[in-house]
Amino acid sequence: MPQIIKADGIQDDIWTLLSAAPAEGESLNLPEGPVIVPVAVWQAERETLKARGDVGVWLESHEEPEALADDVTTLPLIAVNFPKFTDGRGYSIGRLLRERFGFSGELRAIGDVLLDQLQFMRRCGFDAYALRSDKDIQQAEYCLNFFSMAYQADVHQKVPLFRRRNAS
Amino acid sequence: MYVYDEYDRQILQERVAQFRHQTARALTGELSEEEFLPLRLQNGLYVQRLAPMLRICIPYGMLNATQLRRLARVTRDYDKGFAHFTTRQNVQLNWPNLEDVPDILAELAEVEMHANQTSGNCIRNTTTDQYAGVHADELIDPRPYCEVIRQWSTYHPEFAFLPRKFKIAVNAAANTDRAAIQVHDIGLQIVRDAAGQLGFRVHAGGGLGRTPMVGPVIREFLPELDLLTYLEAIVRVYNRYGRRDNKYKARIKILVKALTPEGFAERVEAEWNHIKDSPSRLTPEAIEQVKVFFTEPAYAALEDNPAALVQARSDDKAFNNWVTRNTEPHKKPGYRIVTLTLKKTGVPPGDITDRQLEQVADLCERFSFGEVRATHNQNLVLADVRQDELYALWQAIKPLGFATPNLNTLTDIICCPGGDYCALANAKSIPVAEAIQRKFDNLDYLYDLGDIELNISGCMNACGHHHVGNIGVLGVDKKGEEFYQVSLGGSSQHDAEIGKILGPSFAQEQMPEVIEKIINVYVEQRTDEESFLDTFRRVGMNPFKERVYATNH
Ligand code: SF4
Repeated sequence: MPQIIKADGIQDDIWTLLSAAPAEGESLNLPEGPVIVPVAVWQAERETLKARGDVGVWLESHEEPEALADDVTTLPLIAVNFPKFTDGRGYSIGRLLRERFGFSGELRAIGDVLLDQLQFMRRCGFDAYALRSDKDIQQAEYCLNFFSMAYQADVHQKVPLFRRRNAS
Repeated sequence: MYVYDEYDRQILQERVAQFRHQTARALTGELSEEEFLPLRLQNGLYVQRLAPMLRICIPYGMLNATQLRRLARVTRDYDKGFAHFTTRQNVQLNWPNLEDVPDILAELAEVEMHANQTSGNCIRNTTTDQYAGVHADELIDPRPYCEVIRQWSTYHPEFAFLPRKFKIAVNAAANTDRAAIQVHDIGLQIVRDAAGQLGFRVHAGGGLGRTPMVGPVIREFLPELDLLTYLEAIVRVYNRYGRRDNKYKARIKILVKALTPEGFAERVEAEWNHIKDSPSRLTPEAIEQVKVFFTEPAYAALEDNPAALVQARSDDKAFNNWVTRNTEPHKKPGYRIVTLTLKKTGVPPGDITDRQLEQVADLCERFSFGEVRATHNQNLVLADVRQDELYALWQAIKPLGFATPNLNTLTDIICCPGGDYCALANAKSIPVAEAIQRKFDNLDYLYDLGDIELNISGCMNACGHHHVGNIGVLGVDKKGEEFYQVSLGGSSQHDAEIGKILGPSFAQEQMPEVIEKIINVYVEQRTDEESFLDTFRRVGMNPFKERVYATNH
């Protein structure tokens, strides 16, 4: 079974990813068990999928998190795809989902997910990382903790350093 | 000057350790070249034509004597004993070894220096006026705001992978703009509103490169404390909607143009409304705690024009020339701002040896409270020199090659490293600069010509800011041969403008003569008061064109 990096360590991944919506004229064929569907599928079959309770949604990096604003309280999982690790849109999407729309379920980074970006992802609200399979998952813990502090506010540390410096 | 506290030190040390880890993995192949690329770029490391190149950050241009000595040591121990000051107030080493870079960064970190985000698609070093804090013309010292921006932009978790590089510049001078803010991705002009409240006029979407643009104003007045949240809103809109399909269309200027400045500003305002009252809003205390690092040094109570200076100026014409050209009025009586020019003919503009770096360290300790500034014109500045010590300083720097009295003249050329060093170049730039400097070697004539900005870039990336030179020279490739395109009428000042192309390009050996013809037209056409730019604006391109392209028999 593929593995996933979570806040409390490396785990087996129980979610299946539906990587594309069905082509025109074909019907949706969802696998058994927890599944992550493209946002287009979610929007087309929202009521049915919602009733299942084990359906998550994934966004492509150009897709708008605003599209899920009304679903954040019901969705158990949202994934954001990084088509290339150099595509930084996913970081903004993560922050918006957490900070603006208040999503509190699992926020997962998928796609070209490498070690050296993990800590940025965490600071932007991600809490699950599907590391690219050729990368050494055992190094994730180390890379998630390169920095012990930061200047800016982020999803976890809501108060920037300049306000905390002042307080001390 | 800003001094690190335990937080700054800790964060920087962790950064060095991180890069050591990354370099080690790159060397074993665990990180592919493609994966390592943005990591090394964000630590200042390029791979250039001849070898790696390390671009070291000088935050808003400020350096102290300790840092200069450490830079000297690093260039000696890890490089060939010289460094190059760039047009963005940074400094570059041209031949470090890849495996040594973590050690270099560790040595720099000991003196509170780094190479963070000096390259790559992230927020770069924030730049400002080289005369910040000492020029009478400024509203307020811009450096505390630059430092606030430095901290905000350093390892920003959301903005490490922008569509393209992102440069911010701040200016506080009311009547000049030595920071060229209107050709930056974001330009901040410090202003007061009608009620006297301090804030910023915000320009966005300026830039040089392939599609040069003067940045339009997207907000007339941004209150001081809203600086960071507003910047965050701009960069977030850019990160989400800037083009990523074509690197030549990826800068924010293309987005601003596509949405129109008004449309772009609306999006920014909408985003900002969500975050403007978040804890990221600045506090007066946060600004104060940075301002304490930029208080005035212990100036003596002096008078302007002491007798010794007046005497020396009348006795020694060369000294007088130098004072007139290479020093500027200081806000405090009895002081001058002195520029050490790195534009000696025969030395590539901006180049400096390890020994000279140490000499500058000694000079700044002796004459200017131990601090130096780097300028975007690739010179160095001693900002606080007593007028009664100018003569001693001049005598000390003459043999060192820092007293070429050509500041802001035709031969104070801004010039990128070009084809001699840079892998991206279409053409060499340094030999063109040198040939022009040789042609115009008569100082009296140069002074008569007055202020003329001549800028040379070796390719469209425009590191030499050729678009905003009064005379701009761009290296182009014509069927594998090096040619030079000339533009006229550019300016990076308050009246910022992109120069217009003169016509077909020239071979390298034609360049000094072409410049001479252009200058001759100016001399013939000018009225008493006119600068080169004034004359150009009045008479237009045609007289220049006719002269330069006239077929002579
Ligand atoms: S302008 Fe071009 S040639 Fe000159 S330094 Fe920049 S990239 Fe290199």
